[in-house]
Amino acid sequence: MTLQECYAAMGGNYDEVLGRLRSDRLIQKFVLKFVDDGSYQLLLDSMASQNYEDAFRAAHTIKGVCQNLGLTRLLDSSSRLSEALRHGYTPEADALAEQVGRDYQDTVCAIRAFQASVGT
Amino acid sequence: MKQTRKEKILIVDDSELNRAILADMLGEEYDIVEAENGLEGVAILQKMGLELSLVLLDIVMPEMDGFGVLDTMNQNHWIDDIPVIMISAENGSRHIERAYELGVTDFIARPFDALIVHRRVVNTILLYAKQKKLVGMVADQIYEKERQGNLMIDILSHIVEFRNGESGLHVLHVRSLTELLLRRLSQKTDRYRLTPAEITIITTASALHDIGKIAIDENILNKPGRLTDEEFAIMKTHTTVGAEMLENLPIHQHDPLVNVAYQICRWHHERYDGRGYPDGLKGDSIPISAQVVALADVYDALTSVRVYKPPFPHEEAVQMILDGKCGTFNPLLLECLQENAEVIRSGLAADSQAQRDQREMRNIAQEMHRHEELAASERTLQLLEHERMKYSFFAAMTQEIQFEYTASPAMVTISAWGAEKLGLGETVMDPLHNESALALMDPEWIQGLSNALHSTCPDQPVVTYDCQLNLNGEKRWFRIVARATWSADEPARYTGAIGKSVDIHDSRMKLHALEQMASHDTLTGLLNHAYAKKRILERIESRPTASFALAIFDLDHFKSANDTYGHSFGDHVLSYVAEKLRQSIRGGDIAARVGGDEFLIFLEYKGDLDLVVSRIFESLCGTYEDFTISVSMGIAPTATAGCDYDMLFHSADQALYTVKRGGRGQYRFYDESMKQMLSVISPIDSGGEADAASAD
Repeated sequence: MTLQECYAAMGGNYDEVLGRLRSDRLIQKFVLKFVDDGSYQLLLDSMASQNYEDAFRAAHTIKGVCQNLGLTRLLDSSSRLSEALRHGYTPEADALAEQVGRDYQDTVCAIRAFQASVGT
Repeated sequence: MKQTRKEKILIVDDSELNRAILADMLGEEYDIVEAENGLEGVAILQKMGLELSLVLLDIVMPEMDGFGVLDTMNQNHWIDDIPVIMISAENGSRHIERAYELGVTDFIARPFDALIVHRRVVNTILLYAKQKKLVGMVADQIYEKERQGNLMIDILSHIVEFRNGESGLHVLHVRSLTELLLRRLSQKTDRYRLTPAEITIITTASALHDIGKIAIDENILNKPGRLTDEEFAIMKTHTTVGAEMLENLPIHQHDPLVNVAYQICRWHHERYDGRGYPDGLKGDSIPISAQVVALADVYDALTSVRVYKPPFPHEEAVQMILDGKCGTFNPLLLECLQENAEVIRSGLAADSQAQRDQREMRNIAQEMHRHEELAASERTLQLLEHERMKYSFFAAMTQEIQFEYTASPAMVTISAWGAEKLGLGETVMDPLHNESALALMDPEWIQGLSNALHSTCPDQPVVTYDCQLNLNGEKRWFRIVARATWSADEPARYTGAIGKSVDIHDSRMKLHALEQMASHDTLTGLLNHAYAKKRILERIESRPTASFALAIFDLDHFKSANDTYGHSFGDHVLSYVAEKLRQSIRGGDIAARVGGDEFLIFLEYKGDLDLVVSRIFESLCGTYEDFTISVSMGIAPTATAGCDYDMLFHSADQALYTVKRGGRGQYRFYDESMKQMLSVISPIDSGGEADAASAD
C-alpha cells in the first residue's frame, strides 16, 4: 500500500497535504504518529462522563490535527462535532460523535494497513 | 570562532502531533521548547524570559487558553519584548481582533503550510532582533557620544584656562551658574521659549565662551596690572576670534551646539544697555544664551582670584553687579541671580565634577526611561543575565530551599537544590491544587502560611513561619522565612511572596528532648513533682468551678523489696507500677512520681469520686514477680481541702498518713479529723502538733 492509496482509503486529500508539507517523509512520519494521539480516547471518555467542555476540546484538537494532515473525511465530522459542542451539549452531538467514531476507525484501519506494508 | 547560538522558540499547543509538525518545520534552525497547555507555557515564559525569541500560541487549550497566556504576557510586559504568533483553526474575526488587541504580531491558520510557517517565523524573529539590536546600539551610542562630547569640551576649555593661569574651575562654575539661571528663567517667563534640550545645549556650550583667548598673547592675558588701551583692544578680540574659529569649522556648521557656542563666544561681553563689545548689541537683540553666560562669567570673575584682584565675597559681588559696576544686565536675569542667591552661595563651590556627572547621568537615565523601548537595551540585558547567574550560583551554594510564589498566575518556582530536596519540579503550577505539592504540606499549614502572608503590609512584609513538611514519608519541621510582595499601585495588592525554607527539625527535636528531660522522671517516664505542680496549677486556674481531687500513694513494704531482691528489682517494681498507673488514669488526668516510692494523681471528677478512686486503687494492686504490690493512698478533693496547691497536697498527705497508721493497703479521703495528723512526706511546719506521733 502506498501513502497515496492510504490517503484514498482514509478519505484524505494527499495532493493538498503534499503541497503544504512538501515531503513524503514528513507526511508519512506524522500519519503514522496519528494513531498514538490521545485526543480520540479523551473524546470517548469525556463524552461518556458527559464532560462536554473536555469533549469540545478533544474534538477541536482532532479537527486541528486532521486539518494539518489533510484527513478531509474525519476533519469534516470532527469539525461539525466541535461546533455542536462549542457552547455545551446539543442533541445532535451524540450522532456526530458516533460519526467521528466511525471515521476515526476507518482512518486508523487504513493507517495500520499502510504501516504493515511499509514494515514499520 | 564565534559560536552562533540558535534562537529559541516556544510552541504552546495541546496537541502533541501539531507541536511535532511545527517543531519539524522549524527544528533545524531553531531550538524548540514545547508546552502542552497555557499554564505550562506561562511557567516557561516566567523561567526563560527574554531567552525566548518567539512564541507560537494555540488558542483552544486546557488549563489556560491562548488568550489567558496573552493576558499574562501583557500583565508582565513580556509581550513588549517577545513576539507572539497565534496558531489556530479559529478563523472568526472576533478571535483575530481580540488576539491583535492583546499584542500578537501575526497569525498562522491551520492547516500549516511549511513555507508560510517558516517565512512568518523567520520574518518576525528578524524584525524583533533588528529592533532590539538597534535599540541597544542607539542607547549605547547616546551614552558614549554624550560622554565623549563633554570630555572634549572640558579638555578644550581647560587648555584655554591653563594658558590663562586660571584655576580650571572657572569653566565649571560658569557652566553650573548658567544652568541655574536658565532653569530659573524658564520658570519665570516663556519669553525665551527655553526647552530642557536648549538649556542643556546652552549649558554645554557655555564652556566654550573664552576659546578665543587661545589667540591672545600670554603676556597680555597674564598681565598683573591694568591693560593699556592698546592691550585692551587686543584682549577684546577674543570674542570675535572665538566666534570665527567656530564659524570656520569645516564640519558641524549647522549643529545647534556650534550655533549656540558662536553666540556665546561673540556676545558674552555685550551689555543690555548696548555699551558692551564687540558689536554693541542692545537688549534682547543679544541672544539669551550670551546674556546668561555674560552674567555667570562676571559673577565668577568677581568671586574668584585673578592676577589683578582678590576674590569678593558672594554678597559683595552680587551687590556690585546690581549696582551696575560691571555693566548693565537684563533685569529678569538679575532677579534670577538674586532668587538663586542661597543655592549659588552654598552650592556653586561644592558643585564638583563628580556631582555634575551624576546629574548628567541622571538626565540621560530619565531620558532613556521616557523612551520605553530603550529599557531593554543590550546593556540592561547583560546586567540582568549577570544577576540571574549570580543568584542561581548562590542559591545552589546555600543548600536552602528558596522559592518564589506568584499569585496570578498561581505558580511556585523553587531553586534547583530545593526542588530536588522536595522531590518537586522547579516550577509548580497552581500549587494549591497540585497533588504532589499538597502531599508535601498539609492544608492547615498552607492555610496558616497564606493567612500570615496576606496579613502583612507593604511596610512590614516579612513572615517567619514554622511548620511541618512531609519529606520522604517523614514529617520534619521547617522554618519558612518569606517576604510578601505587594504591587506598587494604590491600594497595594498582594502579588505573591519570595522566601526560603530551612530544615530546623533536628534542633527543634533537641529542644523538645531537653524540655522532656526537664519535666519528666527518668526512671518511670512520669512527670516529676515540680512539673506536675505547674500543670495542676494551670488546670485549676483554667477551670475554677470544676471539682478536682489530688491523691498521693506509696507502696507498702517497698523497703523490704529493695532489701530482699536488690535495688534494681526495686526500680523494676516502680516502673511496673508507673505503667499500671498510666493505664488506669484517663487522658486528662495527671500522674507524677513525687520521689522514692511515692506517686501523685490529679484528676477532675463529676459524679462519684469514690468509684473513680477505687477503680484506680484496685488496678494498682497485684504482684510483680514474687513481690506483692500493696498500696496506701490518701485523697484530698478540692471540695473539702480547697484549691490552694500546698494545702491540697498537705491534706492528701495527711490522709495517706492516716492510712499508714490504720494498717496500710487502703485508701482514705481527707476529712477534718485528720487535721492534726503528721505528714508522711512533707515536714509539718504548722506548729507544736508535729511531735504528736511518728510516721510509719
